[in-house]
Amino acid sequence: MKLKRQSAVLAVVAASAVMLAACGSDNNSGVAGAQAAGKSANVACGGKNTLKASGSTAQANAMSRFTQAFGATCSDQDINYNGNGSGAGVKEFTGKQTDFAGSDSALSAEKGEIEKAKQRCGAPAWNLPMVFGPIAITYKLDGVDDLALDGKTLAGIFSGKITKWNAPEIAKLNAGKKLPDQKITVIFRSDESGTTDNFQKYLKTAGGWDKGTGKSFNGGVGEGAKGNDGTSQALKNAKGGITYNEWSFAQAQKLNVAKIVNSGGGQPVELNAASAAKAVEAAKFKDEGSKDLELNLDSIYGTKTAGAYPLMLATYEIACSKYPDADTGKAVKAFLSVAAQGGQEGLDQNGYVKLPKQFSDKLLASINAIQ
Amino acid sequence: MSMKDEVVSRPAGQERETGSMMGGMGEQEQERGERPKRVGDRVFRYLTTTSGLVIVVAIVLIGFFLLIKAVPSLLADSTNFLTDWRFDTTGGKLAFGIRDMLVVTVLSSLLALVLAMPISLGIALFLTQYAPRSLARGFGYLVDLLAAVPSVVFGLWGVLVLGPAIEPVQRALNAGLGWFPLFSDGNVSLAGGGNIFTAGVVLAVMLLPIITSVTREVFRQTPVNQIEGALALGATKWEMVRTTVLPFGKSGFIAASMLGLGRALGETIAVLMILHTATSPSGFSFFDGGSTFASKIASAASEFSEPLPTGAFIAAGLVLFLLTFVVNAIARSIAKPKKEKA
Amino acid sequence: MTTTELERPARPPVFHHLSTGRKARNHLATVLVSLAFLIALVPLVWLLATVVIKGWRALVSPDWFTHSLKGVLPDQFAGGIYHALYGSLAQALVCAVIAVPIGILAAIYLVEYGRGWLARLTTFMVDILSGVPSIVAALFIFALWISTFGLEQSAFAVSLALVLLMLPVVVRSCEEMLRLVPQELREASYALGIPKWKTIVRVVLPTALSGIVTGSMLALARVLGETAPVLVLVGYSQSINFNIFDGNMTSLPLFIYNQFTNPTAAGQLRIWGAALTLILLVMLFNLIATVISRFSAIKTK
Repeated sequence: MKLKRQSAVLAVVAASAVMLAACGSDNNSGVAGAQAAGKSANVACGGKNTLKASGSTAQANAMSRFTQAFGATCSDQDINYNGNGSGAGVKEFTGKQTDFAGSDSALSAEKGEIEKAKQRCGAPAWNLPMVFGPIAITYKLDGVDDLALDGKTLAGIFSGKITKWNAPEIAKLNAGKKLPDQKITVIFRSDESGTTDNFQKYLKTAGGWDKGTGKSFNGGVGEGAKGNDGTSQALKNAKGGITYNEWSFAQAQKLNVAKIVNSGGGQPVELNAASAAKAVEAAKFKDEGSKDLELNLDSIYGTKTAGAYPLMLATYEIACSKYPDADTGKAVKAFLSVAAQGGQEGLDQNGYVKLPKQFSDKLLASINAIQ
Repeated sequence: MSMKDEVVSRPAGQERETGSMMGGMGEQEQERGERPKRVGDRVFRYLTTTSGLVIVVAIVLIGFFLLIKAVPSLLADSTNFLTDWRFDTTGGKLAFGIRDMLVVTVLSSLLALVLAMPISLGIALFLTQYAPRSLARGFGYLVDLLAAVPSVVFGLWGVLVLGPAIEPVQRALNAGLGWFPLFSDGNVSLAGGGNIFTAGVVLAVMLLPIITSVTREVFRQTPVNQIEGALALGATKWEMVRTTVLPFGKSGFIAASMLGLGRALGETIAVLMILHTATSPSGFSFFDGGSTFASKIASAASEFSEPLPTGAFIAAGLVLFLLTFVVNAIARSIAKPKKEKA
Repeated sequence: MTTTELERPARPPVFHHLSTGRKARNHLATVLVSLAFLIALVPLVWLLATVVIKGWRALVSPDWFTHSLKGVLPDQFAGGIYHALYGSLAQALVCAVIAVPIGILAAIYLVEYGRGWLARLTTFMVDILSGVPSIVAALFIFALWISTFGLEQSAFAVSLALVLLMLPVVVRSCEEMLRLVPQELREASYALGIPKWKTIVRVVLPTALSGIVTGSMLALARVLGETAPVLVLVGYSQSINFNIFDGNMTSLPLFIYNQFTNPTAAGQLRIWGAALTLILLVMLFNLIATVISRFSAIKTK
């Protein structure tokens, strides 16, 4: 008797589980409020139906825009992107588990990644800088909402050499503003992140940072919080605090963003879509003329172009120049073309730079050469 | 009527009874053992014993695999694993030590325990002795609800709500009792409360249902004749509790607290979200920041691709495993005497 | 004098007048104990109120329980958590399918067969296992499954880690239940010449079954909220994946963790909405457990 009743309960549970499994849907098209993704011209759709890619978490939000645009341009085609970290992304790509990788850094010869990728593809792999995420210097200082800083000062603050908000170095850049005699609280990312890596590289190029670069913060001052969510929350509570955030967090949480005087001197540059695009436009490549578009990052961090915002995280799509399987090559090519064109629409709403025309043209030239 | 019912179905009494009977049965069986055993019995016995063995083997494997994955990294460690406070695994060289993780883990867990133990004791007494019988069940369910809240939600609440809310309390403690090492200036700022103190309070809340539920069960098993005897002698309710319930449930309560301590030592995500990390070693203050073993491991989980750095975190995990092993072994040795008596 | 002497009752009153000290202490204890309970309610109410206030709007959106997040932009509140709900349930279910039988058999061993050093060791190890932190379980599976065997991250790896966390809870509760089964039942069965194993399967287990199901449900509720294993052992996905052996699969805790990287209002709403869903799910499992145990409490006589 009792057995029967219990099996009845279990049966009900199992049945509802099955029903639940049947009623789910991946189809979110036609959802109210969905912004139509930009259509892309000259895209040869086709090839493999579902692409697989993984890597950088920094470009995950951009990927969801690209994915939407891809579906809008090439119906029946789809991509799964897994933001599991750049290291894992490259490893899965060279291990043939994914079709391309998203990475915060170009393939490294030192780690043997270039060689491994070449073996995987049977041809060289290309670094395609597709997504640029500006890093905002955010601060909380009562009575000051228009602060200007430069690389040297930032390096001083984040290494603990400058400890007060009214220090002469800061005052010099902010003539005419009243700076409080307050201690600076430095907040950094406690987890390993590409944002920290790029921030430190910027400090090295533009500010003579000698603490070393890498994914963990080496400044030796201040306190760390987990993720962008943690640092922005910590900043809200810390009077006299300063930190670095992905732009999207600075925007969404309405944090004060400092203007940056770039290496050309001149006027402090506000972080906005135009100033970020300007820096991307002026970016140089390691090997000009090659289809492999590995960036010369110093040309961004140390940009002298007036009105260009120098501090950003460049992330690559790493793809084969020639795929062993033509079907995959065709699909990857289609996806990347969409990403470089229609996928760019609305990117600035998620804290990314919409690629300037001149830059995306270069990108498209490489993408079109993929086989 | 209901009282009588309970006397009959009281688990402790039952256990005692069955325990002795089972012993008797075992002997009986051994006597019968000369007769060839039935195949079904042998298979079933084999099956259940294997399942028991699975658990033993699992523990051994956990220790073994953590160890073999940790050893290469430990050998490559360029600093003292036990006494260095830095944990640097990036940039090709390994320099990691567990000093601060140990300090932060132990301090936050102990603080949680000190806060949670008296309150849990109070709740358990309230639910078993003080609350009206009809309400006790509902109240008990309320406390159990706390256990239903996932730790990631505790983390959110700790960062966004509790931390800022108890910052003034922390400032007052720091200002008033700053001469006492535990309340001295920490290595992170008090702003927002990203320190051991906040983590300890959140952990304490998480421990409440764990400690309470076990303690409640033990208190409920206090022999009714003892309780009635105390009351008949004219004891007040509190005197009854002090002379019967508390002595009876003491070891169970302590064991429950140790179990809670084990849980606090290993809590991951809430602590990761709350604690700010510091750039100087811990000074044994509640207002220090830092990482616990678990939060440090979780913060690097997305970068587990290279074997050597990963091994460093596995080494930290091994220490955490040993720590909880010891705590649980102690909890067991405290709880055991009572069981043997019973 | 004598008259008053006579007027006194022959027996002293049954209930002595309490001294003020004792009375005060009694009252103080009552107050303190009740206060402890109220203190525990503060964070509970505070927490639940926060989650409900910030998250209820997500739950009433039409697609929340039926759609995934596939193709939804970060700043757009659309889609739902179906993929995460499925992931949570699938991982927990697979975990239960492995952990419950082993747990029950191990408990039978401890109660019906266990003698000597092996039984003592097993009991000890069950206690140790119940104290193993989830991150250590996750690291172990990582070291074994991914690092040593070279297998992929998958939802199944998460289930394996959850098995380690669920197993001791099942063994414990099952053991308690088996010990409650009256000895007379076993003896009656033996007296009829029924072998021991059949007695256990046919007599002891059915009697204790409701308690075992309850215990398993509670254990399941515990593993549903675990975040550490999913951080280490499986990838995040926006879309539905029914295959637990391959590919990324989102569960509710992973979903919440992932949405931390989304600062928009939509992301915040998803975080709190998923948190509320998770709490409701765990409560549901607790409720089912309570109902089952209420329906068929063990019959001792």
